[in-house]
Amino acid sequence: MDEPTQIEMYAWMKLTRTFDEQMVAMWKQGRGLGGTFSGRGHEAISVGAGMALGPDDVVAPMHRDLGTYLVRGMRPERIFGNMLGKATGASRGRDANLHGVGDLDLGIIGFISHLPQSLPTTLGVAMAFKYRDEPRAAMTFVGDGGTTSGAFHETLNMAGLWQAPFVLVIENNQYAYSTPLDQQMHSPNFSERASVYGITTVTVDGNAVIDVFETCAEALERARMGGGPTVIEATTMRMLGHAIHDGAEYVPAGLLEEWERRDPVTNHRKHLLESDVASEATLDQLDATARERIAAAIADAEGAPMPDPDTLGDGVYA
Amino acid sequence: MSDNFGFTETPASSGRELTYLEAIAEAIRLEMERDENVLVMGEDVGGGFGGAFKVTKGLAERFGDRRVLNTPIAELGFTGMASGMALMGLRPIIEMQFADFISTAFDSIVQFASTAHYRMDAAVPWVIRAPSDGGIRSGPFHSQNPEAWFVHTPGLKVVAPATPADAKGLLTAAIRDDNPVIYFEAKPLYRSLKSTVPAGEHVVPLGSAVIRRHGTDVTVISYGSMVHQVSAAAEAVEADGISTMVVDLRSLKPLDVETILEAAASTGKVVVTHAANRMAGVGAEIAALIAEEAFESLDGPIVRMGGADTPVPFSPPLEDAYRPDAAKIAGAIRELAAW
Repeated sequence: MDEPTQIEMYAWMKLTRTFDEQMVAMWKQGRGLGGTFSGRGHEAISVGAGMALGPDDVVAPMHRDLGTYLVRGMRPERIFGNMLGKATGASRGRDANLHGVGDLDLGIIGFISHLPQSLPTTLGVAMAFKYRDEPRAAMTFVGDGGTTSGAFHETLNMAGLWQAPFVLVIENNQYAYSTPLDQQMHSPNFSERASVYGITTVTVDGNAVIDVFETCAEALERARMGGGPTVIEATTMRMLGHAIHDGAEYVPAGLLEEWERRDPVTNHRKHLLESDVASEATLDQLDATARERIAAAIADAEGAPMPDPDTLGDGVYA
Repeated sequence: MSDNFGFTETPASSGRELTYLEAIAEAIRLEMERDENVLVMGEDVGGGFGGAFKVTKGLAERFGDRRVLNTPIAELGFTGMASGMALMGLRPIIEMQFADFISTAFDSIVQFASTAHYRMDAAVPWVIRAPSDGGIRSGPFHSQNPEAWFVHTPGLKVVAPATPADAKGLLTAAIRDDNPVIYFEAKPLYRSLKSTVPAGEHVVPLGSAVIRRHGTDVTVISYGSMVHQVSAAAEAVEADGISTMVVDLRSLKPLDVETILEAAASTGKVVVTHAANRMAGVGAEIAALIAEEAFESLDGPIVRMGGADTPVPFSPPLEDAYRPDAAKIAGAIRELAAW
């Protein structure tokens, strides 16, 4: 992979991580609004997948995929604004945190609650591309938790049946809220599950951004060229609680320590340094830029106006 | 599409007699000809079969499998899929095999499709055709009128045609509307009701009620197949010298508030009736609206008549006890007229 792309991956992951850390800090300081979700530990997936998307592809990220929104061009001001309920937020105060941070002009369908409702919706996007014979792909994400729901299986059945240009990334982050994998399903073999539906399946280290990127890029290209759907299992770990209020005491400390050693941002940085792709100074500069960018976004969002109550009814109908 | 596939069209000025079902089928066909983005999807709709009630028969031959998509049994999945297609500018017409089955797709309708425009400024222009209503001995799972669930959901539109002409005109409007529309077609009327339908383009705007019969003593407000029971009741009480106004709502969301209030105020006595159970039904909203907005014009209590608060039973004596009908409605009109 070319060096500028590898460095770009770091920049996006660092921006995502910085956003996430600042967001968590703000909420802990009581400067947030409502609940929010951290994607800490998921940056390689959200950034790797986001960078693999083509300009005409459409993506429906979930609440751990901040990086995808950013890579796709959603300005951090609009996301922070959304989280603070501001008129300048992506949903204009209508929806919370990463829910509703959608913009079809950017090819983003905002996080669809309830999971895994993004699967059938995204399949519909893929089927629209197929209907019009356009070389485009539709991608979405789900956690291990969402794979046990009926909509997951209904969607994969139809995606396989119609060989839709559909790519699903399963972010296997070990926990559905407080419930570990072994209490969710008999056999957590996601590739096996998807393959019976006639879908290409791949398992990838979800903390290795280059691997995620390459796997997603290949799947998306296959979809665009008429090669049908792919399910990618990206293994990772949810490093914080389900949401900001959740201390996740139910996760064994040892497990978190083990995954901390596999931190996607730290490890990619290490890779760039060890392989002489980038210097410490270059990466430090990117870190500083990320901090400045996020500080500016927070300042913008905190200073932005709240929505006018008179607009309450606007947009219920198209 | 300029090629008319060899079908003969009657000039737009004249109407022909069509059944309720034929009118629905004609609306679908004309909209598919007019707009390449319109497609049909659902269980058994494709191939030569044409759906459980044969509404889509012939469409696959004419428009191909791409535009007439036979789906597996997966209402939640394919309704969600329709939302994704609609986000991309397609206009799917989803055939729910029976309105009763719509509950299996509930999440995708009331959580995503109905809120997408409010939250992310993205239109979801699909139509769900929901064959509803009972009285034809189909039991609890094939006789329901679940419109109240959706009337209660912001972001949806809900219509329920009573006549073949409205079946065509409302479906045409629903397909062209940029919002998710649930179209409750009354399956008892499919082949039992035949009347004049305008040929060619025929659009009945969503949100417009119609006065089916003018009268001065009592106003009866209804929709769907029940409109015909109301009309029969109005005929019956005319012999007693009671003049009944009959309002066909046609559209349940948005409501034609102006027509409802005018019709209520003009007689001062109102019966609201529907086949769905009465408890928290559409009639409750209409009654509350009239009580709030036209109280001073009322000369009697607003009477609600709906199905019983039970599942829809199968056996004829039970189902007949469940449903309002012309005789029961006539009784309510007489009682209110004497009030």
